[in-house]
Amino acid sequence: MKRGAAHRIVLTALAWAAALAVAFPLLWTFITSFKPELEAVAFPPRLTGVDWTLENYRTVLDEGGYARSALNSVVIAGASTLAAMALAIPAAWAMAFAPTPRTRGLLLWMLSTKMLPPVGVLMPIYLIYRDAGLLDTRAGVILLLALGNLPVLVWMLYTHFREVPGEVLEAARLDGASVVQELTQVLLPLALPGLASAFLLIFTLGWNEAFWTLNLTSTEAAPLTAFMATFSSPQGLFFGRLSAASILSILPIVAIGWFCQRQLVRGLTFGAVK
Amino acid sequence: MSQIELHGITKRFGDHRAVDRIDLAIARGGMTVFVGPSGCGKTTLLRLIAGLEDPDEGRLLIDDEDMTGTAPAQRGLAMVFQSYALYPHMTVRANIGFALKLAGMARPEIDARVERVAAMLHLTPYLDRRPAALSGGQRQRVAIGRAVVREPRAFLFDEPLSNLDAALRGRMRVELRRLQQELGTTAIYVTHDQAEAMTMADRIVVFRDGRIEQAGRPLELYHRPANRFVAGFIGSPAMNFLAGPRAATFGAAEIAIRPEDLTVAAEGWSGTVTVVEHLGAESYVHLVLEDGAPLVLRSRPGEEPANGAKLRVAPVAAKVHRFGSDGLALG
Repeated sequence: MKRGAAHRIVLTALAWAAALAVAFPLLWTFITSFKPELEAVAFPPRLTGVDWTLENYRTVLDEGGYARSALNSVVIAGASTLAAMALAIPAAWAMAFAPTPRTRGLLLWMLSTKMLPPVGVLMPIYLIYRDAGLLDTRAGVILLLALGNLPVLVWMLYTHFREVPGEVLEAARLDGASVVQELTQVLLPLALPGLASAFLLIFTLGWNEAFWTLNLTSTEAAPLTAFMATFSSPQGLFFGRLSAASILSILPIVAIGWFCQRQLVRGLTFGAVK
Repeated sequence: MSQIELHGITKRFGDHRAVDRIDLAIARGGMTVFVGPSGCGKTTLLRLIAGLEDPDEGRLLIDDEDMTGTAPAQRGLAMVFQSYALYPHMTVRANIGFALKLAGMARPEIDARVERVAAMLHLTPYLDRRPAALSGGQRQRVAIGRAVVREPRAFLFDEPLSNLDAALRGRMRVELRRLQQELGTTAIYVTHDQAEAMTMADRIVVFRDGRIEQAGRPLELYHRPANRFVAGFIGSPAMNFLAGPRAATFGAAEIAIRPEDLTVAAEGWSGTVTVVEHLGAESYVHLVLEDGAPLVLRSRPGEEPANGAKLRVAPVAAKVHRFGSDGLALG
């Protein structure tokens, strides 16, 4: 009994240490965002006697661009995820419940497209986008991210769908469910935790996307990742402002993550215990 | 007379013929049991009838209507799966009523029918629970309720009792049989358990390697097996098979005798008792004959020989089943 308690204390301490190590950069950014620029670059950094300020936030928000970029981020991440979902759900459904000898190979081939470094196709895509008039448009970025994340999403949904017993879908078919009813009334509710975690992951990937947004957008369609990059400006690095902009950029996604963490954990461990 | 007819139904998986040119007529209102060892094609045939698989060849008629390529839902059949296949995210009420809801039936009528079926299956107290909160037997009854509520042309049962413990299985067998007779609905019941087949069936169809070995009434199969396979498959303990000179005296390549058709006799085959099984109402005595052939005979309790005893046994001549070298029964 006593040994059990000691064991738990050690484990708890280890868990806290690990969590702190992971969260430390975030915490540091958060602290720095409230420091005046001079304090922000001071070495060694101080935590006491600092003249805490909201000035950085005011500057970031006043300089403009944040609101538009934030809206772009929401639209781009949201629309690209929904579009990818719309394609991936039927694809994963077919692969999970009507597999052919080629299904496995097809899945691996889809995933292999993610092995290609994006910079390898930057030039052709840039030229295609220029000629098609898709540069610096939300539609262009949404299209690219939706297709780019499709393989990962199909793979994730395929794994989640495989957890659903096929006989339940067959029962629905005998009960008179159409294909659409079978999907919407039986499969999707059963795979909901998996769907939610897949949605969150792909949404986060879209939110974090910097390579394509930096290269394909400038002002009109620039999301927060591109907005952030403007803070490494010709006038030099302003750590305080950069930190404030970072916090503002991740705030929405942290809020969503916090809100959905139960679904997320359930989704990631779905089927592990049963 | 027959409600479901199969004409030359064949299903291949790769090079393997899971179901091989099956012709079968299933009588209206009766309980037909498909029985056979695992991999014999009985479940595949059931799924072909349900429409969950499409045959490579052959035709399926239900009520004289060609249903070969028809979607499962349009065939008017209800299936009870081995895994129950309940909808885990729905209550018992919604599970039973799902088909009616999909069919566009009005809410009050769905409720009335669901409640009638629930009462019949003693599920009324559980209507608002989800499947996860039910015991195995209750889940089984929900699965049956889901089939019954649709008032289908026929029930298809795919080993519905195999996940239950022995005591509950025995009770559910009787309950299911009573329910089917009350409703008078045609039923096809798949099992690998020959005892289950014997107790439930109006008609048994024995399968092996995708083909029908014999079809008939339970006691017909028991007393007049058409071939060696059926003789060995139906009945427990299994028949005693003897070949060589002992069979030759009966003019057959091989003979088979049920344990109850062997008696201790002054003249007969001599052997040594190895094991005696005491089942209460009867006992089974396991013997080894002089040439090593095993034999089981039924004995009345209190009359069993002791272990290691030497005795002579003889078959009741009229009850000896004779088979030719091709395994088929000889007239």
